[in-house]
Amino acid sequence: MGISLDWSVFLQELPEGGVFYWEMLLSGLWWTLGVAACSWIIAMLFGSVIGTLRTTDSRVLVFLGNAWVELFRNIPLLVQMFLWYFVVPELVPPLKAWVVAAEPSHAQFLSATLCLGLFTSARIAEQVRAGIQSLPRGQRHAAQAIGLTTAQMYRFVLLPMAFRIIIPPLTSETMNLIKNTSIALTIGLAELTFRTREMGEYTFRFFEAFTAATLVYIAIAMTANRVMALIERRTAVPGYIAGGK
Amino acid sequence: MDFDWSVIGGALPYLWKGMQYTLELTAIAALGGLFFGTLLALARLSPIKPLSMFAAGYVNLMRSIPLVLVIFWFFFLVPVILQVAMGYERPPQVGAERTAIITFIMFEAAYFCEIMRAGIQSIPRGQIHAAQALGLNYSQTMRLVVLPQAFRNMIPVLLTQTIILFQDTSLVYVISATDFVGAAAKIAQRDGRLIEMYVFVAIVYFIICFTLSLAVRQLQRKIAVIR
Repeated sequence: MGISLDWSVFLQELPEGGVFYWEMLLSGLWWTLGVAACSWIIAMLFGSVIGTLRTTDSRVLVFLGNAWVELFRNIPLLVQMFLWYFVVPELVPPLKAWVVAAEPSHAQFLSATLCLGLFTSARIAEQVRAGIQSLPRGQRHAAQAIGLTTAQMYRFVLLPMAFRIIIPPLTSETMNLIKNTSIALTIGLAELTFRTREMGEYTFRFFEAFTAATLVYIAIAMTANRVMALIERRTAVPGYIAGGK
Repeated sequence: MDFDWSVIGGALPYLWKGMQYTLELTAIAALGGLFFGTLLALARLSPIKPLSMFAAGYVNLMRSIPLVLVIFWFFFLVPVILQVAMGYERPPQVGAERTAIITFIMFEAAYFCEIMRAGIQSIPRGQIHAAQALGLNYSQTMRLVVLPQAFRNMIPVLLTQTIILFQDTSLVYVISATDFVGAAAKIAQRDGRLIEMYVFVAIVYFIICFTLSLAVRQLQRKIAVIR
């Protein structure tokens, strides 16, 4: 093999000096985690509301919920990213004014977070709907029989059960979200994959840089898996589903 | 705000070329991914420990890193591997379009593997026992009894995954391949008409994917009735 590996490249300084390559990757990791965390909150909020709407008796609300899911599910995430970054500010003049004045990284962060948050909300809405619909019909009827309003029925009976059931699919959606943050590099956000490629281009140590990023992504995936498994165990309903023993 | 939708009319031949590449990439990656994915699934389910561990490791690796990073990996690795394998003096120029095909086959194989594994595991054990009782060997059991049923059960999921693949191929943009999005981006930047181009691209993808997903749902209902 004509390739020699040099892992000490991470301890070298960038050409501008003062910053090491490992620090450059780390700064990318913070952007990745920051975008993932903020868009996760958006996704959970919207996803829960939209998913719930899709299980109500109102035809209008069900239609709107379905339309939301289909809209975000049938356009490639990359194209959605372009729409949020290039197109939406043009259509909203005040936003455009802010984008022009703001630092590029702030505008990129906002676009990427909104894009990933709403994209993932459609996927979470699908899981929430499935979770609510998997509950026995009797739960809904019992809630109505003891005089709960629709809001109370969802708040105290259906959603607490549904969320526990859908923790495993929510785990994989969370992992998808973290992986999808890498698509933000197409609008110039300097997240982990962006920095990894940049490091490769500066040093020609692509193999070392990509390996480091791969290991970091695996570590993130494993951590997210563990955290969600812990939540699943903590919130399991005794004697129900595959949960507590 | 002034929109000029006429830029799309002039760009249509170039966009169509991009779309042809997108469709070609989707078709080859789906078929190749299904083929290697099925092999991986058989490996994962095999009683030979090293084989199943290798397959599981490959699938988990592919599934835990972002597709963009996978694309960068292969864009870097394919020429290097070819150089070593063929004994060239310098890495050959493979080109983004051809690299993307290899990348997507390898990446999709991991996802199709999980689908086929679920499909194979959904077949009642009695089927395998019956095949063995008839005197079929392993490859005959798989080829004639298990896999045809697994494919059939998994057709809706396989098609849904292919729709996702169709959308994911847009990411070849990151290595500057000229797929549908790549073609649109190039023209958008040349003419300074980003809004019209990207909105048009979004509408085209939406119409195709929404129609296909409705068709898959229809098919799912049909298959469910027969069973």
